Amino acid sequence: MSVTFLLGLLIVLGVAAFFLARMRALSSAGGSVRKLHSLPGYYGWHGFLMVALPGLTALVLWLIIQPMVIEARISATLPEALVIDAAARELTMGEVRRVAGGLDAVVASGALSTTDSNKIDTTSTNVRDLLKNAGVALGADVTPEVLKAAQAYRGMAGWGAVGRSFLALVVALAGLAYAIKVTNPDFRARNRVEFVVLGLLIVASSIAILTTVGIVFSMLNETIKFFGQYPIGAFFFGLTWSPNFRGDSDFGLLPLLWGTLYITFVSMVVAVPIGLFSAIYLAEYASKSTRNWLKPLIEVIAGIPTVVFGIFALVTVGPFLRDYFAQPLGLGDSGSSVMTAGIVIGILNIPFISSLSDDIINAVPQSMRDGSLGLGATKSETVRRVVLPAALPGIVGAILIGVSRAIGETMIVVMGAGAAAKLSLNPFEAMTTMTVKIVGQLTGDTDFAAPETLVAFALGMTLFVITLGLNVIALVVVRRYKEQYE
Amino acid sequence: MTDMSAGSAAIPRAKKNSILVASDNMRRRNAAEARFKIYGLAAIAVSMVTLAFMLVTILNDGLSSFKQARYSFPVSLTAAVLDPSGDRNRDEMAKVTTVGYAKVLIAAFKAEIEARGISTEGLSDKDVSDMVSKDAPGELRATVLANPALVGTSIDGSILAIGRVDGFIKGRVTMETAVRDGNVSPEQLQLAERLIEAGILTSPFNWDFITNSDASDQRPEAAGLGVALIGSAYMMLIVLITCVPVGVAASIYLEEFAPKNRWTDLIEVNISNLAAVPSIVFGILGLAVFINFMGLPQSSSLVGALVISLMTLPTIIIATRSAIRAVPPSIRDAALGVGASKMQMVFHHVLPLAMPGILTGTILGLATALGETAPLLLIGMVAFVDEYPSASLGGILDPATALPVQVYGWAQRADPAFIERSNGAIIILLIFLVIMNVAAILLRRRFERRW
Repeated sequence: MSVTFLLGLLIVLGVAAFFLARMRALSSAGGSVRKLHSLPGYYGWHGFLMVALPGLTALVLWLIIQPMVIEARISATLPEALVIDAAARELTMGEVRRVAGGLDAVVASGALSTTDSNKIDTTSTNVRDLLKNAGVALGADVTPEVLKAAQAYRGMAGWGAVGRSFLALVVALAGLAYAIKVTNPDFRARNRVEFVVLGLLIVASSIAILTTVGIVFSMLNETIKFFGQYPIGAFFFGLTWSPNFRGDSDFGLLPLLWGTLYITFVSMVVAVPIGLFSAIYLAEYASKSTRNWLKPLIEVIAGIPTVVFGIFALVTVGPFLRDYFAQPLGLGDSGSSVMTAGIVIGILNIPFISSLSDDIINAVPQSMRDGSLGLGATKSETVRRVVLPAALPGIVGAILIGVSRAIGETMIVVMGAGAAAKLSLNPFEAMTTMTVKIVGQLTGDTDFAAPETLVAFALGMTLFVITLGLNVIALVVVRRYKEQYE
Repeated sequence: MTDMSAGSAAIPRAKKNSILVASDNMRRRNAAEARFKIYGLAAIAVSMVTLAFMLVTILNDGLSSFKQARYSFPVSLTAAVLDPSGDRNRDEMAKVTTVGYAKVLIAAFKAEIEARGISTEGLSDKDVSDMVSKDAPGELRATVLANPALVGTSIDGSILAIGRVDGFIKGRVTMETAVRDGNVSPEQLQLAERLIEAGILTSPFNWDFITNSDASDQRPEAAGLGVALIGSAYMMLIVLITCVPVGVAASIYLEEFAPKNRWTDLIEVNISNLAAVPSIVFGILGLAVFINFMGLPQSSSLVGALVISLMTLPTIIIATRSAIRAVPPSIRDAALGVGASKMQMVFHHVLPLAMPGILTGTILGLATALGETAPLLLIGMVAFVDEYPSASLGGILDPATALPVQVYGWAQRADPAFIERSNGAIIILLIFLVIMNVAAILLRRRFERRW
C-alpha cells in the first residue's frame, strides 16, 4: 500500500466517521437536535478528528522512525571495513539504498520476479548492467555485501510498508470506535473540537519560531564546521579573499565587508535625501488629493522585483556610468562598479525611506507645528527646526532599516557590482559583497565538506547577525519614538 | 515750518517695516521656503523620472522579443530522406535525426532563393545554410513526427532565422557590427535584406517565446519562457496552499486567542524580524534544510515554493492581523452575546468580515513572492532546464525554473540577443504583477468597509 493510497484511505475513513458519528449523535437524541450538547456537525467533526489525527500521527512517526531502524540494522550486518566511520557508513548506505531502489525498478519493469530479485547474487548476475537496463546507473560494480544488504533492506522495507499500513489503519479504526462509543447527547463534542482547532492555531503560529530556529541552526552547524577547518581570526580579519577549489584558499571577510559597506554608503547617499525630501513634501506640502496618487506611485518602485533593477544596473546604469564618468575621468573601464550597484540600490530604497519617514513625520503632533507657525516661522523653518528634530529618532530608525536592506540586497549587486574582492577607494571599480559571494560559493557543483562551500554559511551567518542587529536597533528606536507621542 | 522741516530732515528716517513690503530678511526666508518646496518636488520628480526611464528602457529593449524573424518558403518533405522504409511508421521515422531534416530544409531554402532569382553573390553554400537557425530542423522534425502523413507532400514552412538575422531586423545587428562578428557577415545581412524585399523573411508574433523551453547559448532565437512560466505557476500554487492557511491560522491565534505572555511576545518579535531577514538567508535555509537534510530534489518547484512560503508568511500574517483588527469589537460582543463560543465568533463572524482584507494582503504577498529571485538561485533553480515539468502531481519534484530566475539566467549569457529575451521576460513578469496589484486594489475598493 503506497503512502498516497494510505492517506486517501485515512481521509475516506475520516469522512465516514464524520457521518457515522453525526448520525449516532442524532439517533441517540431521538432526532431532536435540542437535546444534544453541541450541534450535530461537531459530533461529526469529532469523529473525523479522532480518525484522522491518530492515523496521521502514526503514519508520520512510522515514516520518520522506519528508515532509522532499518539503517541501524543493515549497517550492523555490514562488514566493519565498509562502515568504519560516519562518512564511510553514509557512503555505503547510500550505495545500498541506490541498489535497493534499482532492484525495485527492475521488479517494476518486469525483468525479474520478486522472489528472483531476492535470490540473485553478484557471481551469477551482472547486477550493474541489470540495474542500468532498468534506468538506474551506478558508479561502480555492486559488491556481494552491498547486494546482500540491499536485498535485506528491501525485505525490511517491504515488511515496514505492511506494518505501516496495518498500524495506521488499526489506530484510525480504534479512533473511529472510540468516537462512536463516546457519542451521546451529553458528550461535549464542541469543546473537544475547539480544543483541537486551538492546538492547530498554536502550531501554525509557532512556525515563525521554527523558521528562525531553522535559519540559525542550519547556518550555525555548517559555520562551526567551517571554523573547524579555517581559523576564525583569519576569517574575520583577513585582507585577502581568494577561494581556490584545489584547496589552499584565503577567506578574508574584510574585502567583502568593505565592498558591502561602500555600496551601502553610496546607496544611502542616494536614497536618504531623495526619500526624506519626498516624505517631507508628501507629509507637509502636498494636498490630500495629490498625496493620494503620488504616494502609491512612489510605492510602485517597491513592488518591482529586484532582478528588474539588476537588469537596469547591468544594461543601462553600468554602461552609462562607465562611458560618461569612469572613462573620461580615467577611473577605470568597468561597467559593474560600486557606483552602479549603489545608485540602483539607492533608487530601490527610496520608497522604503520615504514611506517610513512619511509615517513618522505624520506622527509628530500637529500642536508642535501650530506652535511654530504661530510664532511666525515659515513652513520650511517649522519643518527644519521643529518637525525634523522631533521626528529624528524615527527617521534614524527608518534609515537603519534601509541600511539593513541594502546590506542584504542580492540580485542588484550580483548583476551590478562585480565579483572581484578588493579593498579600494575608487567607486568606479568593480567590488563585491557578502551576498554575491554567498551566491557564488553555493551555486554550481558544491561539495559540502570543503571550506570553499562552507564559507558561504559563515558569510550567511555574519549577514544574518548584522541585519538582525540593525533591525532590532531600528525597531527599538522607532518604538521608543512612537511611545513618546502617544 | 522751517523748523519742522529741518527737524524732520535731521531725524534719520527709520527703516520702514511695512507688512505690505517684504523686508530683505523676509524675502530671504521666503526664498528659502520656495527652495525647500522645490527640493521636495525635485526629489519626487527624480524618483518618478527614474521609474519611468527604467520602464521605458525595459519596454524598448524587450518588446522586440515578441517578434521573431522567420523565413516562409515551401518545404517539400522528401520521402526518400525522411522515411527511408516508406511505410509512414512513426517509430521508424523517429530514427531519422535532425541532420536528415536539416538537409531537406536547406535544400528547400536554396531552391526558393534560386527560384525567386535572388542573388547570393559572395556567399558560399554554407554561409546561406548558416542563416537558418540550428533549431529549425528540430521544429520541422517535431511537426513531421506529429503528423507522418505530411511526408512526401510540400508544406508552407515558417522557419526560424538565426539570432543575428533577427537582430538585424530589430536593429541590434548592423553592417558595421557584422564586420567584426564571427557569427554573421555583411554579405549574409545583404542577402537578408533581399529576402525581406522578396517577402520571404518576415517578423511574425513570437508565440514560441511564451511556450518554448530554454535553449542553449548558441540559439537565442529558440529560447522561450515555457518552463519558467510552468515553474512559477506551480510555485505560486504551492505557496498559496501552504502559506495562506498557516498565515491566517497564526494571525487568528495571535489576534484573538493568544494570552499576553513571554511565548506570544517571542512569536511577535520573531515575525517582525523574519520580515526583515535578507532573502538570500532563506535560500541558505532552503539549501540546508530542504535539500541537504530532507533530501528533496534540487531545482524542484516544491523546494522553491517552500522557501518562498517561509519568506511570504510574515507578510501574510501582518496583513491578516491588521484585517482582523479592523473588525470592530461590537461584532465580537454581539456574537458572544447571542451565545456563540469564541471559536464560533471567530470563524462565523470575524473571519468572513476580515476576508477582503486578508485576500488583498495575500495577493500582494504573492506578487512579492512571484518576483523573488535570490533564494531560488541557491536551491539550484538557475540550472539549464529544457524539459517541461510533468503536469501530474509529481511535476512539483521535477527540475524547473522561475520567471525572475530566467530573467537573471539570460542576462548572464554572452549573446546580446539574450538581453532582449531577458527584458521580454521582465515585461511578462511585470504584466502579472500589474494584474495582481490591480486585482488587489479593486478588491479593496469593492469590499472595503468603514465601521
